[in-house]
Amino acid sequence: MTLLAARGLVAGYGEADILHGVDLSVAAGQVVVVIGPNGAGKSTALKAVAGLVRPRQGSVRYDGQEIAGQPAESMVLRGLAYVPQERNVFPSLGVEENLLMGAFARPGAAREGLARAYALFPDLADKRRDAAGSLSGGQRQMLAVARALMLTPRLLMLDEPTAGLSPRFCTLIFAKVREIAASGIAVLMVEQNARPALAIADRGVVLAMGRNRAEDAGPALLANPEIGRLFLGGAAAAEGEG
Amino acid sequence: MEPLLLYGATLLTLAGIYAALTLGLNLQWGLTGLMNFGALGFVAAGAYTSALLTAPPSAMHVGGFGWPWFLAWPLAALAGALLALPIGAISLRLRTDYLAMATIGIAEIVRLVARNEDWLTGGPLGITGIPRPFESLGQPWGPVAFLLLVGAVVALLYAMAEATARSPFGRTLRAIRDDEEAAKAAGRNPAAFRLQAFMLGAACMGLAGAMLAHFFKFMGPDALDPVTATFLVWVMLIAGGSGSNRGAILGAVAIWAVWAATDWLAAQLPGELATRAAYVRLFMIGLALQLILLYRPQGLLGTGR
Amino acid sequence: MLEVINFYLIPGLVLGSIYALAAAGLSLAYGVLRFANFAHGELMTFGAYAALVAVGLLGISPWAAVPFAIAATIPVILLADRAFFAPLRRAQPAVLLISSFGVALMIRAVVYFVWGPTPQGYARGFTPPLLWEGLRIQPRHLYILAGALAAAFLVHLLLSRSRAGRAMRAMADDPDLARITGVPVDGVIRLTWAVSAALAAVAGVFLAIDTELSPMLGFNVVLAAFAAAILGGIGRPWGAALGGLLLGVAEELSTYPWIGEGPLLEPAYKTGVAFAVLVLVLIFRPQGLFRGMN
Repeated sequence: MTLLAARGLVAGYGEADILHGVDLSVAAGQVVVVIGPNGAGKSTALKAVAGLVRPRQGSVRYDGQEIAGQPAESMVLRGLAYVPQERNVFPSLGVEENLLMGAFARPGAAREGLARAYALFPDLADKRRDAAGSLSGGQRQMLAVARALMLTPRLLMLDEPTAGLSPRFCTLIFAKVREIAASGIAVLMVEQNARPALAIADRGVVLAMGRNRAEDAGPALLANPEIGRLFLGGAAAAEGEG
Repeated sequence: MEPLLLYGATLLTLAGIYAALTLGLNLQWGLTGLMNFGALGFVAAGAYTSALLTAPPSAMHVGGFGWPWFLAWPLAALAGALLALPIGAISLRLRTDYLAMATIGIAEIVRLVARNEDWLTGGPLGITGIPRPFESLGQPWGPVAFLLLVGAVVALLYAMAEATARSPFGRTLRAIRDDEEAAKAAGRNPAAFRLQAFMLGAACMGLAGAMLAHFFKFMGPDALDPVTATFLVWVMLIAGGSGSNRGAILGAVAIWAVWAATDWLAAQLPGELATRAAYVRLFMIGLALQLILLYRPQGLLGTGR
Repeated sequence: MLEVINFYLIPGLVLGSIYALAAAGLSLAYGVLRFANFAHGELMTFGAYAALVAVGLLGISPWAAVPFAIAATIPVILLADRAFFAPLRRAQPAVLLISSFGVALMIRAVVYFVWGPTPQGYARGFTPPLLWEGLRIQPRHLYILAGALAAAFLVHLLLSRSRAGRAMRAMADDPDLARITGVPVDGVIRLTWAVSAALAAVAGVFLAIDTELSPMLGFNVVLAAFAAAILGGIGRPWGAALGGLLLGVAEELSTYPWIGEGPLLEPAYKTGVAFAVLVLVLIFRPQGLFRGMN
């Protein structure tokens, strides 16, 4: 059952369009990874769904409802949670305060959300009083994801969650993403770290120049020699790293 | 006929002095993006400088030195620029709002000095007997000749401001205003350029102060107040259109005409009401600024900054 | 020593706690709204005069009139925000700065129009100072210190313990992220203005109790409040409060004859101390005194 279906998204900043008709769809419990070269419009597509960029054309159907152009602050209560790539924690607030901000729209759910967050990321429990600004990059990313999960969203959108992280944290984040999907949450994730991301993806979407270029099951994209050559930095390496 | 001529000359002379002030502010804010909320300080520096240099000797304060005006006015402009030097050197690297606060601060310090350093400024009594150029021509031709002098100074400042805006220097200023990082990458030193623009604008303000002192033939701490010396100038610039020198002059003349007309209207009211009308006017000028910011942010002739 | 405490340190602390209240309100609004509100001084003035009305109508003491001052001042800034600031929310901060300058003038004009230019006072009989072991303190000074402390404690509770306060801090940290998290941005902005205006009103009434009411009451100290806010790292209310306290004490102590017979600084220049401190901080620690200290 498709949870999110975006069709023909045209969007951009100021005068210039970045997306020239992009389609994205995610089903419950599925991990969809969006890859593509720099400037392909990956982040813009995510922002258009999250309500941070107003699509000029196209539709965003979520759970059977049209949500294109709805304000970003209304998305949380609909069950869409978005984690930006950078600046995704409140640095001067404590770890627990950051998590509580995630439950701001429904304070009644805060207690249960905290318990789940600390269960998913035990490292955060030890640092609950620390300022988020004092955390390492990987810990910040965990905190940002945990905050987005506070109200048990139905769709989690992650913009390059492993950017700038050490391999150890990348592996951890990808493992957690699978764990989150296993609980029934749909995950839509933009990644530069294409190979390991596709390896855990149910589906992969390749964007280039603001258009859909290819779409297939994650492993199938990894195995596709043309995709490997054009978007994964060489086909030969494809099998070796996987 | 003669009273009307005199009234017109007074009105236009003050409009011209305001035009000089607004041109200075346009150099700072319109062209370079430097927020100066302390125009009063630079006006006072120029006014007192010219006053001391040209007034007859007095036992109440240093000087005066009895110089002719045409020697004193350039030094008044220099005084404005020199006051701008330290404040600019300190705060131009910083954010807009910090500069705004720093300039308010320097204006207040200048007022404190003017009020308290009797030996220099005559204290609360101020400096009297400042000669007005062409006074010997009598009424009404003396004031008219002074008006022409002010007009010539404004024309000169306008020509200089236009030349500045068109010069490579002016282009660099705009580039720094719009995108500091790009300007830095192009090898410019924004701080040095900003300081020069700030001092240039302050020099215009100093000169305007000198003209004001000679027009009043008096300068004291109560002759200048922040509302008319600073705030009104901002309204003029924003109404005319910051970034445009012609807009600055047009805004100065138009707003001054409104200000003077409402002053005249208020004066027609009986006693108590007349004082209150002045406050209504203050309110209206604040409201006018808001309406321009909301509905015509580019002003009459502005570049849309 | 006692002389220094009685005639310089205590008045310095009193003045400083008034600065602290004003600066904390200014800093709070700056943190969330991202522009320096030049009308903050006029909000103080308006609050002080609103208390005068309550004192006159109800025959209560100015202390009891503080809630009335707060209640009267909050709508003023909410109205200004709605009419002038909100439509400019996406404009550059400089435009909002100019707009707030205009609002300051408008409030000042209203104060002049309604109450006139002549300084006034809340009717106050003579009260002897309290004496204890050589220390002497005016009762009103004691109340101002206690009131400022109470206000600071309430604001601290709001910011650190309440959900709304957390949202305010989150907005100050990152408005876009707060929006994504589902924070009702406009509501938080209104709350911020309300708290800022309330602090301004309290500071205004306290200042008027300690000195006298005049239409320039708030404007005369707003520069010091700005200096205190920058001193404390702008956008950080606690730093601002500490900065205000320091500044108040520095201002009073600067007139003590530390060297020789005469005062170190002529009292006429006392208000210049704030500016001097402002300049020094701008040169050496534009990020504020306390950043990186905790």
